[in-house]
Amino acid sequence: MIINLHVNGIKKSFDINPDEYLVEVLRRYGYLSVKKACDTGSCGVCTVLVDDSPVLSCSYYAVRANNKHITTVEGISGEDRSLGEFLVDEGVDQCGYCSPGLILTVIAMKKELENPTKESIVEYLTGNLCRCTGYVGQLRAIMRYMGVSE
Amino acid sequence: MKDKFQSVGQNLSKVDGMGLVTGKPLYTDDLAPKDCLVIKILRSPHAFARIKGINTEKAEKLVGVEVVFTHENVPKHLYTRAGQSYPEPSVYDKYILDEYVRYVGDEVAIVAAQSEETALKALKLIKVEYEVYEPVLDMMKAQGSKSQIHFRERCFLNMDKGFEPEKNISAVYNFSVGEDVDEVLENCHVVVKERYKTQAQAHTMMETYRAFSYIDQYGTLVIVSSTQIPFHVRRDVALSLGISAGKVRVIKPRIGGGFGGKQTVQVEFYPALVTYKTGKPSKIVYDRKETYQATTSRHAMALDVTLGSDLDGNIKAIDMNIISDTGAYGEHAATVLGAAGYKSLPLYNRVDGARFTGKAVYTNHIPGGAFRGYGVTQGTFALESAVNELAAKLNMDPLVLREKNMIRKGESSEIFNLTTVGVGSDPIPMDSCELKYCIDKGKELIDWGNKYPRKVISPTKVRGVGMSIAMQGSGIPGIDTASATIKLSDGGTFTLLTGAADIGTGADTILKQIAAEGLGVSYDIITVFSADTELTPFDVGAYASGTTYFSGNAVKMAALDLREKILAEGARMFEINNEDVLFDGLEISSKDGNKTISLIDFSNKLIYKRPHIQLMGTGSYTTTDIAPPFVAGFAEVEVDLETGKVDLLNFVEVIDCGTVINPKLARIQAEGGIVHGIGMALFEEVKETKKGKLITNTMMQYKIPCRMDINNIVVDFAESYDKTGPYGAKSIGEVVTNPAPPAIVDAVFNATGIRIRELPITPEKLKMALINK
Amino acid sequence: MITFGDYIQPKSVDEAYESLISKKSARLIGGGCFLRMGNRRIGLAIDLSQAGLDYIKDAGEEIEIGAMTSLRSFETSELLKEHFGYMIGDSVKHIIGVQLRNIATIGATVYSKYGFSDPITALLALDADICLYQGGRMALGDFLKEVGHRRDVLEKIIIKKSNKRGSFQTLRNSQVDYAILSVAVVDDEKGIRISIGARPGRAALAIKAMEYINSKGLCEEIASKAGEIAAEELHYGSNNRGSGAYRKELSKILVKRALLEVSK
Repeated sequence: MIINLHVNGIKKSFDINPDEYLVEVLRRYGYLSVKKACDTGSCGVCTVLVDDSPVLSCSYYAVRANNKHITTVEGISGEDRSLGEFLVDEGVDQCGYCSPGLILTVIAMKKELENPTKESIVEYLTGNLCRCTGYVGQLRAIMRYMGVSE
Repeated sequence: MKDKFQSVGQNLSKVDGMGLVTGKPLYTDDLAPKDCLVIKILRSPHAFARIKGINTEKAEKLVGVEVVFTHENVPKHLYTRAGQSYPEPSVYDKYILDEYVRYVGDEVAIVAAQSEETALKALKLIKVEYEVYEPVLDMMKAQGSKSQIHFRERCFLNMDKGFEPEKNISAVYNFSVGEDVDEVLENCHVVVKERYKTQAQAHTMMETYRAFSYIDQYGTLVIVSSTQIPFHVRRDVALSLGISAGKVRVIKPRIGGGFGGKQTVQVEFYPALVTYKTGKPSKIVYDRKETYQATTSRHAMALDVTLGSDLDGNIKAIDMNIISDTGAYGEHAATVLGAAGYKSLPLYNRVDGARFTGKAVYTNHIPGGAFRGYGVTQGTFALESAVNELAAKLNMDPLVLREKNMIRKGESSEIFNLTTVGVGSDPIPMDSCELKYCIDKGKELIDWGNKYPRKVISPTKVRGVGMSIAMQGSGIPGIDTASATIKLSDGGTFTLLTGAADIGTGADTILKQIAAEGLGVSYDIITVFSADTELTPFDVGAYASGTTYFSGNAVKMAALDLREKILAEGARMFEINNEDVLFDGLEISSKDGNKTISLIDFSNKLIYKRPHIQLMGTGSYTTTDIAPPFVAGFAEVEVDLETGKVDLLNFVEVIDCGTVINPKLARIQAEGGIVHGIGMALFEEVKETKKGKLITNTMMQYKIPCRMDINNIVVDFAESYDKTGPYGAKSIGEVVTNPAPPAIVDAVFNATGIRIRELPITPEKLKMALINK
Repeated sequence: MITFGDYIQPKSVDEAYESLISKKSARLIGGGCFLRMGNRRIGLAIDLSQAGLDYIKDAGEEIEIGAMTSLRSFETSELLKEHFGYMIGDSVKHIIGVQLRNIATIGATVYSKYGFSDPITALLALDADICLYQGGRMALGDFLKEVGHRRDVLEKIIIKKSNKRGSFQTLRNSQVDYAILSVAVVDDEKGIRISIGARPGRAALAIKAMEYINSKGLCEEIASKAGEIAAEELHYGSNNRGSGAYRKELSKILVKRALLEVSK
């Protein structure tokens, strides 16, 4: 079936099967920043934004995204782009495989949390697993990006 | 020392960092041809069986299926998947496909089809008849088992490491130094004798195992793989197919984490075989279940340690005996086992006698393999736990006990010599060893004075602190090889070609810093390329904590070599003597200042005018004079006495890794390594059913620490310089993982009086022990 | 892998129900998160996402939560927080992560009667009812006791407003792992209700402990005793996360803690 998605601000038609998850469709159409890692909705690596909300693209049926706005890391713009620089400045890019999902979640979090604290940031991001960095460096970078102090 | 350096010691950002965070398609599966064949593997449902019959007729007839392989039609060449230097010490006990299956998940058939769906469908159409055997599922009973997992005539040994398949022994490792340990122990006033157990741990890198292959314009079989060991993959794949290594090229793109898992050739054989046989591009991407079920994990071990000391806490004897579970195949069996002793016992070099005995046994479990720490993590857990138990017995602060007994700068350890092939009996002096500083600094950072041993917070909450020291190697002396080439290109820029495998660690970045230091130029004018067996010089790859030290030294040599050549060409150009030429990174000039040429003009002249040459520097490195890194780790826990739950509040680690080439990246690597140790201490455990079927086969069942599990981590570095390392550097990748398990266990002991000797410390274990106290 | 034969997006519950009974191989699709872990073919997939079931409504004496409400909406609803405090949020915040909770739905969670479910434990203590299209309204506790799954559409979950004070206590090793045990306690005009989930069986009320505590005043000693009664009266089993013996010990502690928290 054909669905319409606004991916990174551009409306496009996608030929999909209704039993396909969004990650499969996005990768098939060349949005390769979207990564798969766990297959069970457990790790946050495949996170994309659907109408600005972070969702696991591995667990979200593509058909449900019909006519919605999808943001992948290729499509982030403006001030949000600087988040990547904060991560790189702190050295927490490491293997980088979880970075796109983390970045998108942080962007959504920044909009959603009204008075972010260290605790609320950790809680919000706990679904983004990372095996390289041990998390604390990422937290330093993200707190700096969010303007949150210890 | 540090002040002398220009590039070394700088917080350079990762050279690939912005590419990674902007989501560029840089990983293996991003690069695979869209229309390539998709490979799926049929796996054994039995822990131990022989394939009596296998019928692939229906699968082969399915539209879209390209080829089906079984043990009956694959090339039969024995190999080991362990990515080690040739000749590998691991037993060659594996074929691409065998008529025996030795664990649940072992490969039975390989299907390549035009789509994943078709390949999966085809798997279901393959009919297999098994003769099922009684599996060996308890490593402690493997030696006496009636079931024999491997057969001598179906294996090949490069060297005898005690292989005794009749007793399910893959390797034996024994050594001793000094006086007879039993006699020394008899005369000790205080003896600790305990058994410790470490669990199998799964790497859980975010990018699962994957590779694709194709035949290029020269007829070469190209494999693009998510690997830590491109050069070993090249050799091993050629061996498995019975073809010349010259027909195989391996390219390593960006890698989504490895942690040792990708030091084993897990998947590359399959696309190589399919493409070699069909001529068509093919790929394999392991899903998470296969990654847990059918690759490798950290060797589970049972470690008996006996320590003896006098009443003043002078450790006189250490005896360590290990049974290591190498699972169905002997990948890394001997070396992981040996490392558990020879990279932990040297910490206490003043003993009168030390003895290590160990066996790596075959079982019908998931194979053991390389995993960050490589046995040293297991050995350190047992040894350091025993030392902490000795401190408790002596009623002595564990820091004092360490200071009395631990190895110091300038000293040597006879046992550490045993790691070194070809060094003979000459002691390897510890040119750098800042353990004393690490302990003192860590003590201050954790506030040991106020917190040791415990603080009661409430009737149900108690806090405790604990610590451990640890060491590791910096590559494998006498065995590892690293080489690098740097070329001066027109336009005045340099390209560093290295076979070192950056798997997210930042190797490309720190090697560039070393190159810049050696050349005496700004790192901005150097680009790095890694790793491609056809284009970059040989490097064993990313393992054994060898990259900074071995590859770094090779890069330094290449840089110095090229610098010499630049000076020589400058001398020729200026018609003066070599020693009268200066190169400040921007200009080549004569000492008297009369003649000057910019690097850009110089490089253009070399290539486009006479002498029309490409200047290149190259370096190959190995050593027998090896420098281990050292650390001290300190844990502070809060225990809920009612539930048994342990919260790790603080972890402090002070690291002597020599010169820190890039403090920013080193810090992150340390923090990540510490969390691997925390995972092993508190959360992670590979679990199987009684029949050997994996329970922890998803990330819902196998829990790595999440963000909410990790509190404060403090990393600090000792001022240190080792003259054997590149600009004083030693390794850091693995050593950082080792102290967390014993330190956390001791913190829990200090809080509660309960000593957990079997990892991980689950709330249930602790609660039940508290009830039975 | 789950594959679909036919697929529809009904615009109403009526339509969804008609389709459900039209075909033996028809299945409702809620969030789709847990479903994906399976490996089968669904003849007719009925996607409830357009059936108008995504709402949290103030209905006077009660609050209605549509079955397709995401766990994240459930967690962050000001309306629910206003009436039931933090226990709603506490009962979902350990479920994997925000990204999953934006997809997984409360209806699918309740309908599936997962033993490990934290929100079911909380809803049971809150004395919630459920509303089935065909089966009508019934107590969640009764629904949980039913063996097997009805062929019906779960429309909404209803919680009566009252001066409820609640506490949700759980123990898990890693913070986003499944619970080893979860306990919810609610205190309102009708007395105290204690629900215990992840035993690892489905959540159930600790009736004897409730009777005991409701006949006494609440203090530390009584709370401890109630914990012991709860530990005795329910069955605690073993799984990969913990043994029955440990769960039994834990239930004493978590019941006591939850009771003491609501008494504050």
